[in-house]
Amino acid sequence: MLSRVADSIYWLSRYIERAENVARSIDVNLQLQLDLPGEERPWEPVVQAAGNAEEFFRAYSRISLENVLTFLTLDRSNPSSILSCIAAARENARCIREIISSELWMHINRFHLELSNPDIPARMLDNPHEFYTEVKEFSQLAVGIMQGTMSHDIGWNFARLGRLTERADQTSRILDVKYFILLPDPAMVGMVLDIVQWTALLKSVSAFEMFRKRYSGATPRNVSEFLLLDRDFPRSLRYCVSEMEAGLKEIAGADSPCVTSLRKVGRLKAELEFTTIEEIIAAGLHESIESFQSRLADLTAAVRKDFLA
Amino acid sequence: MRLDKYNTEGFYDELCLPDGASRPAAKTLFARINELPEGELLRRQKAAEAAFLADGITFAVYGSEQGKDKIIPFDVIPRIVSAADWAHLEAGLRQRTAALNCFLNDIYNDRRILRDKVIPESLILSCPAYRPQCERFTPPRGIWAHITGTDLVRDSDGTFYVLEDNMRCPSGVSYVLQNRQILKRTFPQVFSHCAIRPVDEYCTRLRAALEYLAEGVDNPRVAVLTPGVFNSAYYEHSYLSQQMGVELVSGTDLVVRDRKVYARTTRGLTQIHVIYRRIDDDFLDPQVFRPDSTLGVPGLMDAYKAGNVVLANAPGCGVADDKAVYAYVPQIIRYYLGEEAIIPNVPTFVCEDPRQMKHVLARLDRMVVKATSESGGYGMLVGPHASEAERTAFKEKILANPRNYIAQPMIALSRVPCIVDGGFEGRHVDLRPYIVQGESIFVLPGGLTRVALRKGSVVVNSSQGGGCKDTWVLAANEHAPEHGQARQWIEQQQQQQQQQQ
Repeated sequence: MLSRVADSIYWLSRYIERAENVARSIDVNLQLQLDLPGEERPWEPVVQAAGNAEEFFRAYSRISLENVLTFLTLDRSNPSSILSCIAAARENARCIREIISSELWMHINRFHLELSNPDIPARMLDNPHEFYTEVKEFSQLAVGIMQGTMSHDIGWNFARLGRLTERADQTSRILDVKYFILLPDPAMVGMVLDIVQWTALLKSVSAFEMFRKRYSGATPRNVSEFLLLDRDFPRSLRYCVSEMEAGLKEIAGADSPCVTSLRKVGRLKAELEFTTIEEIIAAGLHESIESFQSRLADLTAAVRKDFLA
Repeated sequence: MRLDKYNTEGFYDELCLPDGASRPAAKTLFARINELPEGELLRRQKAAEAAFLADGITFAVYGSEQGKDKIIPFDVIPRIVSAADWAHLEAGLRQRTAALNCFLNDIYNDRRILRDKVIPESLILSCPAYRPQCERFTPPRGIWAHITGTDLVRDSDGTFYVLEDNMRCPSGVSYVLQNRQILKRTFPQVFSHCAIRPVDEYCTRLRAALEYLAEGVDNPRVAVLTPGVFNSAYYEHSYLSQQMGVELVSGTDLVVRDRKVYARTTRGLTQIHVIYRRIDDDFLDPQVFRPDSTLGVPGLMDAYKAGNVVLANAPGCGVADDKAVYAYVPQIIRYYLGEEAIIPNVPTFVCEDPRQMKHVLARLDRMVVKATSESGGYGMLVGPHASEAERTAFKEKILANPRNYIAQPMIALSRVPCIVDGGFEGRHVDLRPYIVQGESIFVLPGGLTRVALRKGSVVVNSSQGGGCKDTWVLAANEHAPEHGQARQWIEQQQQQQQQQQ
């Protein structure tokens, strides 16, 4: 597979995953806001988790529902807005439409056309839940179409790699921001509001129901353990990294020498497998997540050097 | 909307006789259209347009905002070519392709045709598309023009003429294939009752022809070379490579080592044996042609001349579609094949010849003048439609550089009914069939019918507001319209309708 093509598939997949994550995060916080009358605070972490609070305040004077939704969803000047993600995914798809299946191309192209519809801002504000559900479903359907219509060859594995890298990054980012905002007030621990917020955190990564099957209480420890170290939950860091390793092995081929990226991903996977949450909390959750994110970036650079340069 | 109110206004119409009745080949289609409920045809036209947009069958408009791709205007009423007309065209196109291939090999090698003074040597050597770099070289299998698209027009008496040859990566064939997909959805019943020749085999033929070029290589690797995603024909490049199942590459994906061409892949370098290049000669290789080209591959021509990679079409091909050389194609056919041209040229005056120029300048108001170095409908004067001032300005240009101009009498291009403002109006069309030369010469039974959408206009290029139509070539043995089966079907339909009423 051409390196340029592999790169495009990787990003195509990452952008679709990113759009979904932004939609999830907005949707859950909308729900959360209903439980917190008169407060507009829950939007701060959302904007922060999207990684661009500074940009937001450059363009908007204050945090309001409409401003935040517009910024995160339809603002083309925000590179992580849903519209920007879909446009970038489409552009990547257009560069490689001879590689991906026609079904996938048409799926992306149609949704992009739909988002350019002039009635979209009104629809988004009138019924945000329905709108963001549509975005999530777009992404999930895209993954399903890839699964069902593309050969599971190198290209498909690059798509998998892109999706899981983005997901790992997003899960860790959401946990970090929430932890930072929710935890500092010890008096709040165990209060109704606290439980509501930790539950919202789980829901924003679609983890609540699966979490419930494993744990009874949404304590910071349990939530962190689930999102970082669970073996089977498809959005946990450990699961993402383990899938990334599987994808990279396919990409490198069975008989290839052990390239840098394979060593890095293997080490990271082993660490997530053999570390306990107590160790992580002792070392500082924020510090641990920061170190994880920098190693993820490191791994991405190694992948680029090994296969895409 | 009924086609029986249609007026041909004295032009040759591809679907209608002068009295407005359908030509035999179009009978089934007319019957079908006339029985559609009011508004249904417009609905199908809209559905077809929506399908183009959703499929992303678009072309980029240079200078417009990114992401604002446009669909090429499409009209659902097809153009129909009878089996007899097609047999004539196919024979003519084969003949022309074979002769021009001999011509290219000759002028870059022995130059017999120039020594025999059939064509003035100066005309060839002054041609901007002539490439001295290709002299004394015969491409693998002796083929120069692998893929050609020949523009045909039809005059008021129904005679077909060749208007232009296109030997430099002619585009548009992806529209032929997609138009057909969309029309099959639009008029499924008509398809099942007319013997319309399929066009689907094009990509299979194209891949076979390209693989044939890699002499002595088992499982040769073929790639389509594109200038990139911002090129207006990018959709076509990507579509053709997808349908052929070969790699689509841009210049930066390729690298030349030891006079061989390789693609950069996730598992290292992989050799490429045949390149269907959709980049002009000028940009192919900065070491040989334009040094500022970033689209090409340094060393590509060297690998080509060493016989390690085949380029289709061969560099240097463009000399055969120079508009001044065009005037000599009947002589070229006679010279190499000893035959008369089956499809005639439009009478053409070459302004380089002072006598012919004088003739042209005296009759500018009746002539179409074209710059030999331009294409896409740029740089031309449609005399009868131009103002006195425009004609005077053009006269100056011709006098300043006669070699750059040819002139042809104005042809009353044939028309086809189109949907305009909820009714039918005739619009002028041309026809571009596609010819693939590999082990044999294959003429795709169909082609791109380009439509001049502006009322009265004769300029069909998409860059000048042209649109397109599907082109149906009917099979020889069962010309369905008068065929018993079709009549039976129409009667059946009518009966059903009566029963419903």
